[in-house]
Amino acid sequence: MHPAPLLLQADAMPTGAGVPFWLVLALPLAGCLLNAAIAFTRPQTKALVSVIGPGVVLGAFAVAVACFLRLQAPGAPEALDLGLWRWIEAGDLKIDIAFRLDHLSAIMVLVVTGVGGLIHLFSIGYMKSDDGYARYFAYLNLFIVFMLVLVLGRSMPVMFIGWEGVGLCSYLLIGFWYGVQANADAGKKAFIMNRIGDFGFLIAMFLTWHALGTLDFAEIAARTPELAANGALVTAIALFIALGCAGKSAQIPLYTWLPDAMAGPTPVSALIHAATMVTAGVYLVVRTNGIFSHAPAASLVVAAIGAATALFAGTIALRQNDIKKVLAFSTVSQLGLMFLAVGSGAYVAGIFHLVTHAFFKAVLFLGAGSVIHAMHHAYHATHRDADPQDMRNMGGLRKWMPWTSTLMWIATLAIAGIPVFSGFFSKDEILASVFGRGAGQGVFYFFWLLASLASLLTATYMGRLMATTFQGTNRTGIAEQARLHEAPWIMTAPLVALGLLSLVGGAINLPHFAGGNAWLEHWLEPVLAPSHGVVPLVMPEGATEAALIGFAVLIGIVGLVVGVKGVLRGAVATPAEAVPETGFRRVLSAQYFVDAIYDRFIVRPVQWFAQTVLWKTIDQWLVDGVAVMGSAHLLQGIGWLGSRFQTGQLGLYLLLFVAGAVWVLGVVLQ
Amino acid sequence: MRAFLDSIGYAHWILSVLLLLPLAGVVLVLLAPKEWARWLTLVVAIAEFVLALGLWITFDPDNGGMQFTATLTWLPELGISYRIGLDGLSLFMVLLATAMMPLLVWGSWFAIDQKVRGYYALLLALKTGMIGVFVSLDLFLFYCFWELLLIPMYFLIGTWGSSNRLYAATKFVVYTFAGSILMLVAVITMVTIVARGTGETSFAYDHLVRHSDLLAPYAPWLFSAFALAFAVKVPIFPFHTWLPDAHVEAPTAGSVDLAVILLKMGTYGFLRFAIPFFPAFALSRGVAAVFVALAVIGIVYAALVSMVQPDLKKLIAYSSVSHLGFVMLGIWGGTVASVQGAIIVMIAHGISTGALFFLVGMLYERRHTRLLADYGGLARVAPKLATAFVITAFASIGLPGLNGFIGEFLVLLGSFGRFPVAVGIATSVVVFSAAYLLVAVQRVFFNPITKPENLELHDATPRELAVLVPLIAAMLWMGLYPQPILRRTEAAARRYVETVRPYLPAATTAASTEAR
Repeated sequence: MHPAPLLLQADAMPTGAGVPFWLVLALPLAGCLLNAAIAFTRPQTKALVSVIGPGVVLGAFAVAVACFLRLQAPGAPEALDLGLWRWIEAGDLKIDIAFRLDHLSAIMVLVVTGVGGLIHLFSIGYMKSDDGYARYFAYLNLFIVFMLVLVLGRSMPVMFIGWEGVGLCSYLLIGFWYGVQANADAGKKAFIMNRIGDFGFLIAMFLTWHALGTLDFAEIAARTPELAANGALVTAIALFIALGCAGKSAQIPLYTWLPDAMAGPTPVSALIHAATMVTAGVYLVVRTNGIFSHAPAASLVVAAIGAATALFAGTIALRQNDIKKVLAFSTVSQLGLMFLAVGSGAYVAGIFHLVTHAFFKAVLFLGAGSVIHAMHHAYHATHRDADPQDMRNMGGLRKWMPWTSTLMWIATLAIAGIPVFSGFFSKDEILASVFGRGAGQGVFYFFWLLASLASLLTATYMGRLMATTFQGTNRTGIAEQARLHEAPWIMTAPLVALGLLSLVGGAINLPHFAGGNAWLEHWLEPVLAPSHGVVPLVMPEGATEAALIGFAVLIGIVGLVVGVKGVLRGAVATPAEAVPETGFRRVLSAQYFVDAIYDRFIVRPVQWFAQTVLWKTIDQWLVDGVAVMGSAHLLQGIGWLGSRFQTGQLGLYLLLFVAGAVWVLGVVLQ
Repeated sequence: MRAFLDSIGYAHWILSVLLLLPLAGVVLVLLAPKEWARWLTLVVAIAEFVLALGLWITFDPDNGGMQFTATLTWLPELGISYRIGLDGLSLFMVLLATAMMPLLVWGSWFAIDQKVRGYYALLLALKTGMIGVFVSLDLFLFYCFWELLLIPMYFLIGTWGSSNRLYAATKFVVYTFAGSILMLVAVITMVTIVARGTGETSFAYDHLVRHSDLLAPYAPWLFSAFALAFAVKVPIFPFHTWLPDAHVEAPTAGSVDLAVILLKMGTYGFLRFAIPFFPAFALSRGVAAVFVALAVIGIVYAALVSMVQPDLKKLIAYSSVSHLGFVMLGIWGGTVASVQGAIIVMIAHGISTGALFFLVGMLYERRHTRLLADYGGLARVAPKLATAFVITAFASIGLPGLNGFIGEFLVLLGSFGRFPVAVGIATSVVVFSAAYLLVAVQRVFFNPITKPENLELHDATPRELAVLVPLIAAMLWMGLYPQPILRRTEAAARRYVETVRPYLPAATTAASTEAR
């Protein structure tokens, strides 16, 4: 045995000579350390932080593009590898800190660094006057590092470093303004609920290890046929992975942390809780597609959870008044669609929607950030205590914020699935794939129906959001109107870039009917090889395909019209004038009381059990009181007899004891 | 360096020096003026640590047996001798004990202002006892060190503790003593039995292990006596109630020593003595079921109880019970991975829980309260302390990349084949551990500042950073590059697994091989 070399042997060394792959990780890490150092030593420094924070992420994006181009070149290797050091070796278990940039992770890295870089830029303007500026960028850079570790990790444990690391950053950023209890509560809730999912991830690792003796993704993919031989085992592994994904991607029943996560700064919501981290669950299913395609029952569960979440969250979004809450439930709903896609075996459609969603949802969140920014400044200037996030205080904002309004409308058309916008293509592919599965398994027709309803709701609540915010008459207040303004260019420029991507992003997987060649589908082929021919995915063709597209477009248009008309039909009541909601509307605006139910039936019973049963009864009364003190009293009685020897000096007791022991010893040994 | 150490015969004298140096320190501290006490202790502590570093350098990782051995006859007619040595199992306990020493002195620097000489003398005496327990290769010597530890700890808690200190100190001594009396009887019985069988009276560890087959008929009684003594020390549910009281009442250094070293004496006892002496009985289905069940109960139960503690120190004390449950699970898991995991948990828990107790001590010095309700919003006034606490909390929660994850992951992964259900239940603690520590973080460092006193608190001083930064560096190092530690513990873990393997029931998962 020799000491493990810090750098692994040649076969694990970077194969992409000339491509500084490691820089993708090193740049954000360096940025994080520098910003952290600034945060501790000179917290008021802002200019330098504004250069380092976004700079390292944009730099990482440039490196990612270079790596991507290399992968795309003819005769390129299937993946770029980076082996750093042996992390854990015990028994047969050998885990390296090793990363792999393959076709799937390349897409993710581009999204994470690209969209992430733009959101960093936006943050310069958004966080400009915050005291924790350097701390904010240190956290944000650290998030990028962990997100990259998550998507690049070559084995399940290395991915788990990133998986938990992004959870840590999410916790820190949700509770960024920790001085308010609600924010600290929300961060804590997010981390703990995610840990329920992490339990699933861990058990999945243990099962996989005992079944295959490896945790390396490539080896797992290569050996899925072995796994498939044991149906129960592969189903169990897939279900535990799915539990992990449900936590990270905010699916039923673990979604309630995501709406609360809106307590963080809005760019954080855009980056972590819309574009990147929450899609990690979808990514993990696609990463382990071999396992899922050989576990049809588990895949069906994933699809069912996705469809149910998409619809359920969509209904809640209809009746929220906080602009970020609408978008949060919209995100939960869209993640549900992605879950439905990957559960139906439409892995490409899932990733496709993940990418387009990253574009248009980033626009929506950042746009909402610009709106909140303007509202906040207006109220701040007039010293009025009103909620800058409540849409009922907005209205007609397009007059003051034409750029934001236009860009958010583009994103709205994209999420509603209006043709030529990016979301149209990705959502249509999901709906068509699910419908196609229906021919083999009737239940998928039902899922298709749920997803179509969810899409209708999407268009409706987005129409409502846009009309309430930007159209109609303004309700902010007369004095405040003079203070409303468009966001500065450092915030608008990233929005323009993301708006363009929301417009044309569908091009990456343009379907044949639109004259494209489905680039993403071909690109991901090597990653999806383990499930090739396993899932009976038959895409509808001809008249069926045309009818489905027509129906999807119709849904989008009807939904938008209903949503917009519903708002503009009458005057919107401001929070002060609003009458309490009744009936089902109240149920929806209260989010089906799920948080209250969890609190009443899970959180509080567990606390009661821990406090009253375990601590007060078992620990203090039974063990400490009855058993320990009881025997102490018993001994005290006996001890009274020997109390004449009592001098009160413990040292003497011990001396006597040892002497006695030696004497006993002597007797015994004779 | 290695050549130099060899040339001065380092391997022959080092352990004895490590045992004697603190005792010499005790004499010096007691003789010198009391203003010198903490400086003298610091010098001894640093010397001790620097000397111990040679162990790390010269330790041979491929050797699963004892190294740095030394033997002196003591009471030959009784078969008692001074026999010491070190293997991969005890190496890190000794390193941890010595590395913690300077930090303990720094940590106590201003906190202790009464009976200073006595305090530092006891701290030094405690160190000899600790090292002695882990290096003794003679059962009588081991027993002496084991009991020797009780006295300084009793006085540390009883004299420098807080309000309810006498109750806690007495409870600590009575609990531990009750267990160890039986252990002494068992040791004497064992020696007698082996002496009858072999004709040689000896307390030597090797001799007794070699003839452990002679002990088999009496194993149920003898094992139970050992197990009780160790179970109290670990502590295993339901023998744990002394720990929260001892921790809460002890001064910071006492709490740290308890968490870092004293608890590990119990798990070390199982690994070194109780199981290798009576493997067939200890690993039989029924006994294993009892211990695995108690380990899992301890893991989950203590985490839940920790969640509802109003007292920060008690919260951390219960979390120790939970963490030590992982060690017990790994020991009975019986694979190289699970046993190495158990050793890593012992080390990692020492570092992160030690750091948590230091941090609580620092908070206590500022506010003279341990109640969570008295804090809130401290991150605003003390960002450095907050950062240190958050990092340490996440290390304890088991965030991968920090030290806590490695050991727990290996324990769970390695034990899964034999005890899948137990591992499943134990894994659920990832949720509760996050719950109790994040509740603590929030209530101390986040939320609005509601108490005006908290607005005045000062951030970590350079002296405090000198305690915290090395510990945090160790957390990161162990979490990211634990290989140097894993390599040095592997041979000892493998040796243990080979000792017990013949007695293990077959694993439940067909695909798993022995080493998984």
